[in-house]
Amino acid sequence: MNAPGTVAWLARHEFRLAWRDWRSMITAGRRRHGRTIAAILVVFAVFMHGVAFLMLPRQFGSGSTDKATLLIVTGCMVLSFSLLLSQSLESVTRAFYARFDLDLILSSPVLARRVFIVRIAIVALSLAAMAAMLAAPFIDVLLLRDGWRWLGAYAVVAAMGVAAAACAVAVTAALFRTIGPRLTRFVAQIVAAVIGAAFVIVLQAAAIMSYGTMSRLAVLQSDAVVAQAPEADSLVWWPARAVLGDPAAMGLVLAVSLVLLALAIVAFAPRFGEHVVAAAGASQAAGRRQRATAMRPASPAWALRHKEWTLLLRDPWLASQTLMQLLYLLPPALMLWRSFAQDIGSLVLLVPMLVMAAGQLAGGLAWLAISGEDAPDLVATAPVAAGLLLRAKIEAVMGAIAVVFAPFLIALALAAPVTAIVAALGIVAAAATATTIQLWFRAQAKRSHFRRRQTSSRLATFAEAFSSIAWAGTAALAAAGTWLAVLAGVIALAILAGTRLISPARD
Amino acid sequence: MSLPEPATALEIAGLHKSFDRPAVNGFDLAVRAGEFYALLGPNGAGKTTILRMVAGLLRPDAGAIRIFGVDALADPVAAKQVVAWVSDEPMIYDKLTPFEYLEFVAGLWGVNSAVAETRARDLVDWLGLAGHAHERCEGFSKGMRQKVALAGALVHDPKLIVLDEPLTGLDAGSARQVKEVLRARVRAGGAVVMTTHILEVAERMADRIGVIAAGRLIAQGTLEELRERAGRGRASLEDAFLALVADEAAA
Repeated sequence: MNAPGTVAWLARHEFRLAWRDWRSMITAGRRRHGRTIAAILVVFAVFMHGVAFLMLPRQFGSGSTDKATLLIVTGCMVLSFSLLLSQSLESVTRAFYARFDLDLILSSPVLARRVFIVRIAIVALSLAAMAAMLAAPFIDVLLLRDGWRWLGAYAVVAAMGVAAAACAVAVTAALFRTIGPRLTRFVAQIVAAVIGAAFVIVLQAAAIMSYGTMSRLAVLQSDAVVAQAPEADSLVWWPARAVLGDPAAMGLVLAVSLVLLALAIVAFAPRFGEHVVAAAGASQAAGRRQRATAMRPASPAWALRHKEWTLLLRDPWLASQTLMQLLYLLPPALMLWRSFAQDIGSLVLLVPMLVMAAGQLAGGLAWLAISGEDAPDLVATAPVAAGLLLRAKIEAVMGAIAVVFAPFLIALALAAPVTAIVAALGIVAAAATATTIQLWFRAQAKRSHFRRRQTSSRLATFAEAFSSIAWAGTAALAAAGTWLAVLAGVIALAILAGTRLISPARD
Repeated sequence: MSLPEPATALEIAGLHKSFDRPAVNGFDLAVRAGEFYALLGPNGAGKTTILRMVAGLLRPDAGAIRIFGVDALADPVAAKQVVAWVSDEPMIYDKLTPFEYLEFVAGLWGVNSAVAETRARDLVDWLGLAGHAHERCEGFSKGMRQKVALAGALVHDPKLIVLDEPLTGLDAGSARQVKEVLRARVRAGGAVVMTTHILEVAERMADRIGVIAAGRLIAQGTLEELRERAGRGRASLEDAFLALVADEAAA
């Protein structure tokens, strides 16, 4: 056993916590036999390998290293890196603010520097492992198609995870120094979400502006971009070459990522203790003053709706987490603007996107209103019938959905009224379904647990996603004027009925 | 012409509640209007479970609860109209100010806005929160949060206040303010039922004290009556309480 207080001892402690956290995430906190978990993971892995087999273009397995291939590989790497950086910003920010054990550790005689050396390294390792796991189906398919040279891709993907963690540590520390601990958490979360979505959105926006399509690969595969790209032997392509199995490039990528991590640890670990103390001070600072207004006459339903909307508007972190899905509406909005009064047919493409976004947004808002109640006893002891309480909360969700989607629907109605009506009906159906599912699976939780709401019920999460997809398909087919919409609608209702059968509400 | 209010504020008969094992096992209690009643018991005795059933947060397996004559199980909405529940963990929203919180609670109980505003200002002043009435609660100390929760419990002018360890974590000054507010409600004809681990509070504030063990009321009365019952005429409440619980455990 390692001596207490050493880096190795702390690492063992952190690994044990990380492992149990991961297990609990996989099993949603329920004790199950290891074999069942393993079987589920194997089935999932086989499914993902099938998806990868169907998705990967044949040219990837042909040993080709031409500019077009390098461009697509680099694009995929930048996309992956942006997602990894987004995830690592989340993890590092949590290391500052999640205080469940930091008070205990920092009040002990263990050197704070050692604690944060271990924590930064754990974040980097977790990301490396996560990146390797997510990329595994694709790399394995390429290994099968094109031989052992693809094995190096695992190392490159892991190196990207390590580099992303190093960058996230630097960005978070810089935010602390420039904007202070009170704003850092909020800004870091926004930056994380924007970075995660930005590359996809920019590619889609470029594709819409240039080619009138929403395909992300359209830009990367275009002749103009391939012609403008650097030559195949340029340094720019070294990361892509590393993925494609070039040993020298692979060595360079690995070395750069490890040096970045070492620099981040040396430069920032000693200051983490100060940041954590500052973050704790910020969380205890006096709350913001609000303008004093006279009390308004209120019914219980009005009081509940008003409370839900006020809490949402006043919690920028929660609002950002909830509304982040709307970032993905930017490309459709751009398309709407570009096609306005020119190409009515292409507007049909917007319908499923709006419906899908409405379903997802309603699911998040419904969780906040129905399950994420910080004063459940207060509301439950009010002299109001339980049905009225729930109805008021549902109205709060649907009201917020109406406010968010009304501008899109009005703009769509001006260009294509029938399409707008179909989209509106789809939005109502998707939002109502997602809210109903949250109602059936409700389980009391703190609003601050919003990020982990999926782990409390994986069934609810999947049901919400599948029903949103089904309603999006129904609306798209209806907007296109085909009777197949009826079939898609029946599938959406069947998903809802199936969800009811397996929901706790049935008991 | 309105009927005179019943003298019994809270009447519990044959209350049972089981989770994995019985938590409340044939509990009976009667608390008069204008009475301060303290419920004592060791950890896991069932105190919180009983109070949660009174507040309408748990449904008993068997038994009856009447609040100012209203059958709380048959007509929970009417019963809740006159009850306030305060737990040891303040039920407030970080992103609302105390004033907005009181507006929300008043809305839930359907209190007229003008009346609610007057009461809110009085309560905020009374509890020493005036300087923070329009600040969000997110930076408040435990004591301030508890005072906001208590103001919320009082803004709808309840006749029965049910409190579960309301003084936990409060400093001496805050605890005194809370105690004064509760005594004032009792003097005004309301009833207070409170659990506490601070025996000195029960000793000084309660008109009657009930001792509960294993989900049953094993003794109740004034401090003097409990001392007599414990057989230690000159003992403190602590001595009497420990003796009663030990006797019950031995039986």
